[in-house]
Amino acid sequence: MINSPAELERLRQEILSKRDPDKPRISVCAGAGCLASGASKVISAFNEELEKQGLKGDVSTKGTGCPGFCERGPVVVIDPEETCYLQVKPKDVPAIVSQTIKEKKVIERLLYVDPAKRERVIRASDIPFYKNQERNIIGNNIKIDPKCIDDYLALGGYSALAKALSQMTSEQVVEEVKRSNLRGRGGGGFPTGIKWDAARNAPGETKYVIVNADEGDPGAFMDRAVLEGNPHSILEGLIIGAYAIGSHEGYVYVRQEYPLALENVGIAIKQAEEHGFLGSNILGSGFDFNIKVHRGAGAFVCGEETALLLSLEGKPGEPRARPPYPATRGLWDKPTNINNVETWANVPLIINRGADWFNRFGTGRSKGTKIFSLVGKIKNTGLVEVPMGVTLRDIIYKIGDGIPGAKKFKAVQTGGPAGGCIPEEHLDIAVDFDELAKVGAIMGSGGMIVMDEDTCMVDVARYFLNFLTQESCGKCSPCREGLKQMHRILTNITEGKGKEGDIELLEELAVSTRSASLCALGRSAPNPVLSTIRYFRDEYEAHIKEKRCPSFSCKQLVSYYIDPELCRACLLCMKRCTSEAISGATDRIHVIDQTKCNKCRTCFDVCPSHCHAVRRFSGEPVPAPIPDELRTIVRRRKAQ
Amino acid sequence: MSEISLRIDGKDVAAREDMTLLEAARSAGISIPTVCHHEKLKPFGGCRLCTVEAEAAGRTNLVAACIYPVQKDLVVRTRSEQIDRIRKVLTEQLLAHAPESEVLQNLAREYRADKDRFPKEPSFCILCGLCVRYCAEIKQKNAVGFVDRGPSREISFVPEIAASECWDCKECFPLCPTSALQAAFVLMRSLSSFASASKPESKIQAETHSVPGSPVASDGRGIG
Repeated sequence: MINSPAELERLRQEILSKRDPDKPRISVCAGAGCLASGASKVISAFNEELEKQGLKGDVSTKGTGCPGFCERGPVVVIDPEETCYLQVKPKDVPAIVSQTIKEKKVIERLLYVDPAKRERVIRASDIPFYKNQERNIIGNNIKIDPKCIDDYLALGGYSALAKALSQMTSEQVVEEVKRSNLRGRGGGGFPTGIKWDAARNAPGETKYVIVNADEGDPGAFMDRAVLEGNPHSILEGLIIGAYAIGSHEGYVYVRQEYPLALENVGIAIKQAEEHGFLGSNILGSGFDFNIKVHRGAGAFVCGEETALLLSLEGKPGEPRARPPYPATRGLWDKPTNINNVETWANVPLIINRGADWFNRFGTGRSKGTKIFSLVGKIKNTGLVEVPMGVTLRDIIYKIGDGIPGAKKFKAVQTGGPAGGCIPEEHLDIAVDFDELAKVGAIMGSGGMIVMDEDTCMVDVARYFLNFLTQESCGKCSPCREGLKQMHRILTNITEGKGKEGDIELLEELAVSTRSASLCALGRSAPNPVLSTIRYFRDEYEAHIKEKRCPSFSCKQLVSYYIDPELCRACLLCMKRCTSEAISGATDRIHVIDQTKCNKCRTCFDVCPSHCHAVRRFSGEPVPAPIPDELRTIVRRRKAQ
Repeated sequence: MSEISLRIDGKDVAAREDMTLLEAARSAGISIPTVCHHEKLKPFGGCRLCTVEAEAAGRTNLVAACIYPVQKDLVVRTRSEQIDRIRKVLTEQLLAHAPESEVLQNLAREYRADKDRFPKEPSFCILCGLCVRYCAEIKQKNAVGFVDRGPSREISFVPEIAASECWDCKECFPLCPTSALQAAFVLMRSLSSFASASKPESKIQAETHSVPGSPVASDGRGIG
């Protein structure tokens, strides 16, 4: 139990004195992504191999938080050299131990190859994916075993809390956060300091602070990585916020689908209690605070703060109208402050390094860094932390390394399911709250889905509307009925049943849903529809007027046909056809039975590139099959 | 409670501080349409037909009058091209579920809504929640509630509670804005599936039928 800031510093020095900076350290990402690609087996392989080679006491091994380069996991970083190995398998481990650890030799084949320079990169921080980021928050993940509080303390953990409690009044803490211009990272972008001030000034003795960790956007895992990888940073932020607002009880609302996050946050709370960062008289300051964890039950809408509060109270998670705002009437009608995971994680940094430091990153009204989860048709899938104001083009091409498979970029969808799709022409906008809004998208919580030329934008809108329709709570009619009608119309269009006037009807429904819905879900849900109509209206019109899908993606509008002039009767497509729709033989030109074809596209993909015999048709009739009598191929015999 | 003044449709209106825009407007004789509102119940903000424009400090927001608190010097417009368009679409969406509802037909006339704009899904229920909230807030029985979410949301009686509470009450029936007796059908359905219901099925049907205007056909299905 630590009773004062001085004792905390003594403990920190004690931890550091036991750690030899020159001792080899093997860090293996044990985040959800790398675990899925076998990281835990890699960790055990290291432990076994070190023992086998008699190095057990000389080298430390740990499973760490997610460093973000999920595309190339499992990621292994060997310090002090910072050698970064990617896609490491257990069979690579003996060589790593004998060569890299023992002989200090780098294993070339496990290094990252910079595709532009065709050079191998040794250090993690030199890899373009990392080099172009500003990793204030997730940078520490690879240095920390999330289950070990000493790792967090060794990096200066809880010193911001000690500073706030011993050197700052609660007012000064709020003032510092206000001056930092930190805005909510969950989607709304509301100034955090102003929110804190409102809760602080609200009348009442009992107040609550809450971590909103109900991250539910498809394809987004920023909060997950911070929760799983560095849970103490969130707890420290929350305790500082509680002190600033005058709250003695906090909640972490984590979605049930994040078992590792739940486990690591639970362990972190217990450790913080044992060390005296939670409980009564924290660090001898006289301030008391406790945290409980609440598991969400899988409703997307519970990420909306009023729905989250009702869910916490044990009621159905349905939003209620604001005002009154949670700052004055929140959990059990008491003043409550809710911030997103990433917002809380920024707080210790701001307190430690000051608002001026924070203001160095970012643009006019959007300060600091933001974590994005970069997914979709992108070479480097992963988590990306950049200063606000970086262009979309830099994120996609410098960090993400562009689109795989020599395909063309079509759009990037930012802000989660209720975000907007941004086309090529706007790739040079600065990514911040205001600029994204200007082009019809949102910052949201940081989802970033890249789409290539094979993606149908009408189908994208349909996909997101389907998600939002299912996740609407159904309380207010513009959201419940409006989304359902929009989804029905979009489905019709993608199935070739679109009608003249559908685009206008979609726009009308989008306006009423956006204007009249009760909460942010309904008010932002029309974004995917409006932004795709705005930038890709021609695709809508092609579907409706010509029954044509320009991306050949909407199955009901696409037909496959084998060009008899080009088919070499190689049997490949016939064997791989998933619906037995192709007939042929070694000397018979292959023909697709259109009535049996399920449009799976396999024939198109497997037809050898020197033939290119499979053609796609959309919006025009498929040529009649070649008559049976002309199907026989007479092959030239090889000379005897 | 002190009084404040605001402007609604160009008229100065004095209101108590704890009033909603809807209450203030109605007290001044200005009507705003509602489907889910009931004076005895807490504001719900579900149907959104009471959406109005509220202007403060140069910014205009669209807010639900039934739930939005009055503010000093707020400028409120209860009709505008924008509002009428929203009410028209909302009415059309609800008419798809309850085309025969008198309340909705009146709204359709006022806002020139086309009752055939969207494909019919005659569930009768427009999920206003009046029965649910009346049972919870006034009767404190919670015999009827919402189940599921989004487009799958519906009202359902809890058979164990309904079997003992609903026979002598039925106060929720006349609250229904669609077919006066949507609740009767749902009640019957839940009770007929309740094995230990205190009354035999024939009596359930007879009782639900005895209420005028019942949408329940003799075979137990709704009249489409």
